[in-house]
Amino acid sequence: MNQDIYVVIEHLRGKTADISYLMLAGARALAQATGGEVIAVLLGHNAQSLANNMAADKVLYVEHPALAEFTSDAYQRTLAGLIAGKEPRAVLFASSSIGTDAASVLSARLKLPLISSCQSFSADGRPICQICGGKIMAESDLPDTTTLLTMTPGGYKPEEGQSGKAPDVIKVEAPSLDNLRVTLKQYIEPEAGDVDISKEPIIVSVGRGIQNQDNIEIAEELARALGGVVAASRPVVDQGWMSTSRLVGKSGKKVKPKIYLALGISGAPEHVEGMGESEVIIAINTDTNAPIFNVAKYGTTVDLFDLVPALTEKLREVKKV
Amino acid sequence: MNVVALFKLVPDLVEELEIDQSGTALNTDFLRLIINELDDHAIEQAILLKERSGARMTVIGSDAEGADDVLYTAVAKGADQLIKLMGDPNAVINNHAMARATAIVLKELQPDLILTGVQAHNDLDGSIGPLVAEYLGMPYVGYVSGVNVQNGRIVVRKEYPGGLIAEMEVDLPAVVGIQSAEQPPRYVTVNKVRQAMKTAAIEERPLPALDVSGGAAIRRMFKPESATRAKMIEGSTEEVTARLLDIFKEIGAL
Repeated sequence: MNQDIYVVIEHLRGKTADISYLMLAGARALAQATGGEVIAVLLGHNAQSLANNMAADKVLYVEHPALAEFTSDAYQRTLAGLIAGKEPRAVLFASSSIGTDAASVLSARLKLPLISSCQSFSADGRPICQICGGKIMAESDLPDTTTLLTMTPGGYKPEEGQSGKAPDVIKVEAPSLDNLRVTLKQYIEPEAGDVDISKEPIIVSVGRGIQNQDNIEIAEELARALGGVVAASRPVVDQGWMSTSRLVGKSGKKVKPKIYLALGISGAPEHVEGMGESEVIIAINTDTNAPIFNVAKYGTTVDLFDLVPALTEKLREVKKV
Repeated sequence: MNVVALFKLVPDLVEELEIDQSGTALNTDFLRLIINELDDHAIEQAILLKERSGARMTVIGSDAEGADDVLYTAVAKGADQLIKLMGDPNAVINNHAMARATAIVLKELQPDLILTGVQAHNDLDGSIGPLVAEYLGMPYVGYVSGVNVQNGRIVVRKEYPGGLIAEMEVDLPAVVGIQSAEQPPRYVTVNKVRQAMKTAAIEERPLPALDVSGGAAIRRMFKPESATRAKMIEGSTEEVTARLLDIFKEIGAL
């Protein structure tokens, strides 16, 4: 085993995901503790140019037509050989639709330990993970063998993983990728026609605390009074109370409005990933321990069902004047 | 077609979570457990497949407070077979151990398709689905919000950020990690669940020996200390309303 930290670069349809740069920044912090290099692992087809702005000491590039788009089977096969052959100190994957499809399977296949939902590393290289919807942090020892980790946002910034100097790229031969058990049929674009919440300056967002579909009306009225639009967290969309186009978070849109008013949203990491960079976050939640208060600028534990109608009424009065 | 849905029970996040004296685990004394929400979606998706294609449906979970409720509720919704994995309640367990043990039980059932929630909020060593898949030598696709059986294979809708969907074709047998079912988990009345309790049987199977290798050794657990904690606005509804209006004015929203 060497002391290098590998980062499995995540890219989709020709664009590198922000989480990849964030992982390169995390890998740098870990490499400082282990004394190794930061090595980006890029799998793709005609994708070598994606490596140009990566803050890595080296990039290992695996080129194959079957790696043009992500499929779990092709990634697992390619990475299994590469990790077993190189034996790095650690391999970072994104805690995402792509990274988690690969990481757990590789842990089982290669009999290597896996630590998930890692947000940052301590100065001596211990992974610190965020669990229980952001309510609990867990610090683990880095096991003595090659360790696989999935990374969540929050600990590092994407800019820290970018560089103006293109790193050296070393081509690595792909394994046989015939007879894949998982294949991509097609992409289905998100529904168009609704407002694009990522372009709205004022967002009133509702979470599980809104309790039922009828109550969304009070959020809509507040949004109208403020001149904004409504959005939602995952549980609300999964219940079918609001359209997927209004979903904020890891699987939905990333928004950076001037004001993000979070009504009854607990602030799970998956949600914060989509709204944490809003200019001013105001959280209304009766649970004093809700993690949303760790990212909000202002917060109150007054019941939203009292506060929201009162606020709407006052706004209407003020705006009439 | 044999479809299996796996579930686990997780701490209810609505309750206050406390860290125990060891400092490395949650205090379980007053911990209320509920079904992992995404596993509930996996059960719903399995029922939808049963309704569409006449699959036989089995639900499997390990013994914990509330497991019987989940199993009887599943049978009231349409599940055919209920299995509860019985183990030492004090045993140290992680997802690697659970996946290895579950895979042994699953082998006997010869499932064509295994559905489980793509993640649980207390996963610390990856999620159960992909681990089970690899121990059984099956392909895995996660973050799925729709499954259809077509010509002996499945076509799944895999979610990417921003609402993009990738339609993927997967050979069977396979394991699928569900992000959400095609419709919200259905509601069944307490009466129907009670009726199920009278007629349905839960098969109790001993959990095979647990092997926790592959997980992490937790050194300490703690509650997040935020340097940027929100300024809390206290007071009556009227006072908070007035302060929020001031804030809106300060940031130029009014």
